[in-house]
Amino acid sequence: MAYRVIHYINQFFAGIGGEEKADVAPEVREGVVGPGMALKGALGNEAEIVATFICGDNHFANNMEAVSAQVVEAARKYRADALIAGPAFNAGRYGTACASVCAAVKNALDIPVVTALYRENPGVDLFRKEIPIVEAADSARGMGKAVPALARVLLKQLKGEALGAPAEEGLLEKGIRQNMFYEQPGAERAVSMLIKKLKGEPFVTEYAMPVFDRVTPRPPVADMRTARIALVTSGGIVPFGNPDHIAASSAQNFGQYDITGVTDLLQGKYQTAHGGYDQTYANQDPDRVLPVDVLRDLEKEGAIGSLHPVFYSTVGNGTAVAKAKSFGIEIGKRLKDAQVQAVILTST
Amino acid sequence: MCTIVPISLSIGANRIVPTVSIPHPLGNPELSPEAEKALRRELVERALKALSTPVDGQTVFNK
Repeated sequence: MAYRVIHYINQFFAGIGGEEKADVAPEVREGVVGPGMALKGALGNEAEIVATFICGDNHFANNMEAVSAQVVEAARKYRADALIAGPAFNAGRYGTACASVCAAVKNALDIPVVTALYRENPGVDLFRKEIPIVEAADSARGMGKAVPALARVLLKQLKGEALGAPAEEGLLEKGIRQNMFYEQPGAERAVSMLIKKLKGEPFVTEYAMPVFDRVTPRPPVADMRTARIALVTSGGIVPFGNPDHIAASSAQNFGQYDITGVTDLLQGKYQTAHGGYDQTYANQDPDRVLPVDVLRDLEKEGAIGSLHPVFYSTVGNGTAVAKAKSFGIEIGKRLKDAQVQAVILTST
Repeated sequence: MCTIVPISLSIGANRIVPTVSIPHPLGNPELSPEAEKALRRELVERALKALSTPVDGQTVFNK
């Protein structure tokens, strides 16, 4: 008997309409709709799309949890063995919806799921660690390539076969590092890679580095004597006891702390939450990481307008770039709202 | 303000002040308390100078 599959798509791929129909509420249709037709061909007689869940992109974005729960419910009702969502290519809301429903169904029902997204779709960074995501092109022109990959990855999971390395399966990396055995030791592999690089020949890295971005420089502060300066740190300085439980590595949050009237960060009043470096010196005198004492002096002398009465802190140790970026955006917003002109960011 | 300048360069920071050491970027426990605070002040003043200086790309303020 064929495996039963439920398929999630948005209003556009269902043929309901574009942006003007992005608010449409969910509906479930039996059988295939839109790209489900091509998936049906790729799945062959091993699996059958029994129902299609359709939801407008804005409706999903505004009701993420409720719609995810409805998809879980539909999967239950149709006794689905698996879920396919998308492909969503580089459509941000749709991609986030596809990845979200995959994660929700996987968590609730523990059945195979898969979606297909463009590498930079925001859904990727949100869910890449939880669900398999086929790497798709940035537009629907990539449908022809994404569909067979989706079918293959789903059938493999349904049959209980292990998925191979991301590059072999056409999947985006989950970021898992696995021990491998090689004939050649690491030093030899590294040197032969370097020689290839020097010759300009292609080579495949064993551990891809994340891509870093560039920032347009801001104009300088015109008059430091009237400027409000804030302190932000990735060195983990927090009030003693670490009230917000910022993790010693792979931080999941940042803290915001009032230092009104504080002229010096004293041992026993403040500490570092940071792992990975010897905390002795930072705990003895937290000003060694967050220079509140000096900035208070400069404030008193009139060299700066004022020290912003709130500082922000997180831990840099092993924290994901995407996470750090989201902290930065939120901290930046709060500093801007508080009319801070410049920030000194200290790191350990 | 950071000790590992290449990391700050890799993430796109534009005004960079190199600091003392990872566990005590703005201090040096081997100095007397007065000398240590003077060192910290010198570094913070350099950061303020960096913030007051126009830059058109990534700039390391060594002095």
